[in-house]
Amino acid sequence: MIQTAFLMPLFPLIGFVILAFAGRRLGERIAGILATSTVAMSFVFAVIVWVAMEGRAPSNREFTQTLFTWLPVGSLQVKVAFLIDPLSITMCLFVTFISAFIHLYSIGYMKGDRDTVKFFLYLNLFVASMLVLVMANNLVLTFVGWEGVGVCSYWLVSYYYDKESAISAGKKAFVYNRIGDVGLLLAMFLIFSKVGTLDYLSIFTKTSAFTPLVATLIGLALLLAATGKSAQIPLFNWLPGSMEGPTPVSALIHAATMVTAGVYLLCRMNPVLFLSPNAELIIAIIGALTAFVAATIATAQRDIKAVLAYSTISQIGYMVLAVGAGAYVAAIFLMIAHAFYKSLLFLAAGSVSHGLNGERDLGRMGALRKIMPWTSATFIVGWLAIAGVPPLSAFWSKGDVLDNVYRKYPYLWAIGLLTAFLTAYYMTRLYKLTFSGDARYKEVGPDGSPPLHPHESPWVMRIPLLVLAVGAATAGMLNLPFVHNFGLDEFLSPVFDATLYNAHESGSLLWLLAIIDSLVAIAGIVVTFFLWKGRSTYPLLERKFLLKEWYWDDMYDTVIGRPGTKLANFSATTVDVTVIDGAVNGIASGVVRTAKSMRKIQTGQIRQYALILAAGILALLVFVLTRVF
Amino acid sequence: MAHFTTSSSFPYIVLLLLVPLLGSLAAVLLPKKHSETARWVGIGASVVTLGLVIAMTIAFQTTNGGYQFVSQHSWASELGISWISGIDGISLFMVGLTALITPIVLLGASEKKRTKSYVAWMLLLEFACIGSFVSMDLILFFLFFELTLIPSYFLIVGWGGPKRAAAATKFFIYTFAGSTVMLVGILYVAYQHHQQTNQLTFSLLDLMATRYSGVAGVLLLVAFTIGFAIKAPVFPFHTWSPDTYGEAAAGTSMMLAAILAKLGAYGMIRFDLSLFPHASSVVAPVMLTLATIGIIYGAIVACAQKDLKRLVAYSSLAQMGFIVLGTFALSEQSLTGAVFLMLSHGIITAAFFLLIGWIAQRRGTWQLDELKGLQGPAPILAALFTVVMLASIGLPGLAGFVGEYLILIGTFVTHQWWALVATFGVVFAAIYLLWAYQRSFQGKAEGANASVKDLTMAERAIVAPLILLIVLLGVFPKPFLDRITPSVDRTLNQITIVNCNPHLVCGSNLLGGHTGMGTQSEMGK
Repeated sequence: MIQTAFLMPLFPLIGFVILAFAGRRLGERIAGILATSTVAMSFVFAVIVWVAMEGRAPSNREFTQTLFTWLPVGSLQVKVAFLIDPLSITMCLFVTFISAFIHLYSIGYMKGDRDTVKFFLYLNLFVASMLVLVMANNLVLTFVGWEGVGVCSYWLVSYYYDKESAISAGKKAFVYNRIGDVGLLLAMFLIFSKVGTLDYLSIFTKTSAFTPLVATLIGLALLLAATGKSAQIPLFNWLPGSMEGPTPVSALIHAATMVTAGVYLLCRMNPVLFLSPNAELIIAIIGALTAFVAATIATAQRDIKAVLAYSTISQIGYMVLAVGAGAYVAAIFLMIAHAFYKSLLFLAAGSVSHGLNGERDLGRMGALRKIMPWTSATFIVGWLAIAGVPPLSAFWSKGDVLDNVYRKYPYLWAIGLLTAFLTAYYMTRLYKLTFSGDARYKEVGPDGSPPLHPHESPWVMRIPLLVLAVGAATAGMLNLPFVHNFGLDEFLSPVFDATLYNAHESGSLLWLLAIIDSLVAIAGIVVTFFLWKGRSTYPLLERKFLLKEWYWDDMYDTVIGRPGTKLANFSATTVDVTVIDGAVNGIASGVVRTAKSMRKIQTGQIRQYALILAAGILALLVFVLTRVF
Repeated sequence: MAHFTTSSSFPYIVLLLLVPLLGSLAAVLLPKKHSETARWVGIGASVVTLGLVIAMTIAFQTTNGGYQFVSQHSWASELGISWISGIDGISLFMVGLTALITPIVLLGASEKKRTKSYVAWMLLLEFACIGSFVSMDLILFFLFFELTLIPSYFLIVGWGGPKRAAAATKFFIYTFAGSTVMLVGILYVAYQHHQQTNQLTFSLLDLMATRYSGVAGVLLLVAFTIGFAIKAPVFPFHTWSPDTYGEAAAGTSMMLAAILAKLGAYGMIRFDLSLFPHASSVVAPVMLTLATIGIIYGAIVACAQKDLKRLVAYSSLAQMGFIVLGTFALSEQSLTGAVFLMLSHGIITAAFFLLIGWIAQRRGTWQLDELKGLQGPAPILAALFTVVMLASIGLPGLAGFVGEYLILIGTFVTHQWWALVATFGVVFAAIYLLWAYQRSFQGKAEGANASVKDLTMAERAIVAPLILLIVLLGVFPKPFLDRITPSVDRTLNQITIVNCNPHLVCGSNLLGGHTGMGTQSEMGK
């Protein structure tokens, strides 16, 4: 049954094709149901493949399914082929599961929108691309999925195409990703020039061809790719803008799945990273820095989705840090747990704005707990989970990351712990500003808009919230530290065994670290309740420096954006017209001047020259034809 | 001496030339009032040509890297000029591209004024382009190559924007100057061959065996390449192209950018690499540098354009840079990628100009300042424009990616630093195209933009083949690559032979193997 793997991406792809050609005739409702069921079918087949894999011995769980040859040119033979192994099926399972519920939620959220059919069409294509990304057996096919999810993200961020901020954000997301793509392309070129193949398994058998320098360069090129797709320093600042897209998109693409693709790529390429401790260290530093910087920015945001966006960047920073520490299983573990609690938080935030007429400003929320009991209850689960309160999922998964970092990079562990405190702080602040305190929605808005009338969301939106809340609470069970014959560690060991950094901490140290994590989480929550008691703003803690994301965007604008525009204008107006074309015209007029003496015998009419030339050549060709036939 | 060595029983090439030529004549000879009839005659002739090309592609032997369907007749034998034409994996899809674009131009981008002459010039241009792609005799090639100038000139000057006359003059003088230099080169090549073998010939296969001293080889290569570089265009010989593409009618721009530009690139692959294999590898770093500058410079200048057609012109400059990069990187992947990109860029650019032409018909302008929010009133137009745009950006799964990727990976193996710089070109393409899309299709449509009509069913049907090919070439390029690669291998083998045996540069051993019977066997099946 493992041969049914290709059906996973095929179902949503078929959904996309049907919606592209017949979507408008089907109507909004059928389109939503169709899109949701194709993704549900993908999940069903992911389970079938997984069960089939479980039936095999752990050493025999790699399966390659070749569909057709894509790019055959000499020594470069790229096939459309899938590598089904414990890592890819793990990704498939959680991607299709969460996608299915976000599709379901979207039926309610997008109801009555102008282009709902188009929305589902993009969403289906996204799932198909994401599955191609994780299932590909070679880097080029991974790149197909990588770009596919990128373009879907572009479409969905600029979904409200008559809103200037949305379309600019979509473009920004695509261009930043494109910069990261250069990294992936260069990594592929470097690998191909050294080992002559781009199939993962073939590369891994030939890693002896990589010198330490080459391995480091490949590692850094892959890191560049990951910083683009997974929104890490220095390319992280496209992600907050992408919140302009509809909230289910933020939950699915910009929290649970696409943005973790960079982490997946790094994990997949673990045998190469393993060769370069330098690259691993740089990866770890980038991860830790991003986790910390994004968490500080999240503490000052006034937009409910912006807080969650920076939180996502920060959480992916932890995953990258784990990769840098060689803790690949911990990275994947956090990725899955994060997918549950962050998509839950986004969908809950979406439910809040859905009930508040699209409002996202925290200044107009507060005291929504009673009006939105389902939303607030599930949000609380997500909040406590991400904060790291035991025994919810992030306690286990974030703890796993920090434990691994502790031994390898103690300084980075300290940054990680500080970030954990900030995480508990900004999430508690977000909860307080949204669900408790004064009912600020009753007041007139800052732009004079009338008071809002919040309401709880329909069942089609509540069910996904409940399902994801269960996941957010219990995902820690996937990899409990004291269970050794069951869980991700065991399941993923065929993929990572050779390269995993396995500092098996003693039981007492593990307990100590767990207690520290828990204390930090609880301290963060308590401090926030204390500081924010009876407040809806706190200018001292919401500094402009943080609100403006450390002026990162302005810096790029000053250093790259504006000079770049000037360069382009200068090239177009001065270089091309005056210098290059000027030189051409100069030569031409020189010729004309020297030819002036011959002018009397020439008419100077280009049209006549052309006609004479035409007649001459035609006569020659006619001559040819008559001589030949 | 009417001596036939036609390797195919069916005279594909002769018919491919005769049908458009006769169609052109028929269009001219029709009475003046029958302009619509002339258009349908043109469509008929070009569709028949397309049918012939499809039949020929099916008959084409995939794994054979040599020339097929060769038709050889002696002509002015006292001058060494003969009628030799044939098709290999490199020219096959160029002929196919020509045969595909012409009917689409006549169907979708015809002109209401003086339709008769428009159709006649278009078919003559198709005739000249196909002739250039199939010629295996240098003089024959030169005649066809020059002949393309005439219909191009009259098409630019006859239909299009207010400054078209100036653009046409610039185009004509510029490209004519380039080809004059080439003619000198051709004559010198034949002279050298005559000196070495005492045989006067302009046959490409015979001349391929001629060897030149280092300096002479480089000078000859330069003489040939200037003509091709202007036609392509390659930086810094490109300044005629934005003016011309911008001022010419949509159909003319389609033909110029999709097909004539490829003629320049094709010339480099066919003649530079085959005739001067040693000089090609000597000059390669210069060409690679110009190509890389073209990729980056074209993209940067495209970012500052306010006119959709000029933007596509500069985007083409960048794309032609990729093609030249792949050509002179001299690796199997890069050269195959270059040929593939010639095909895919032809399709993509033709689709761009076709769609821009339809926008211009509806709005009377293609200035980005005046367009806005077309996605609202014209969603199908916007969707198709998006597909073409993404293909041009190089999104995998669409046509543009395959060639660009093969070029870059192949170039990286042989010339990594140039590949490193050129790879950044993929970022710029995203910037200027998404920006142009944002300016013209996104935002709130007001005024004249709000009432733009979406594509009619007829228009959708006309552009459909291009869109389908963009997807097919991206998803399943294997049938195309399988036909290109063997011919690419043959071209590269020759360069390897020459460069691996520096003592043979002027030697006679190689000569013996490539003349006489050797030539015949290369032509056969």
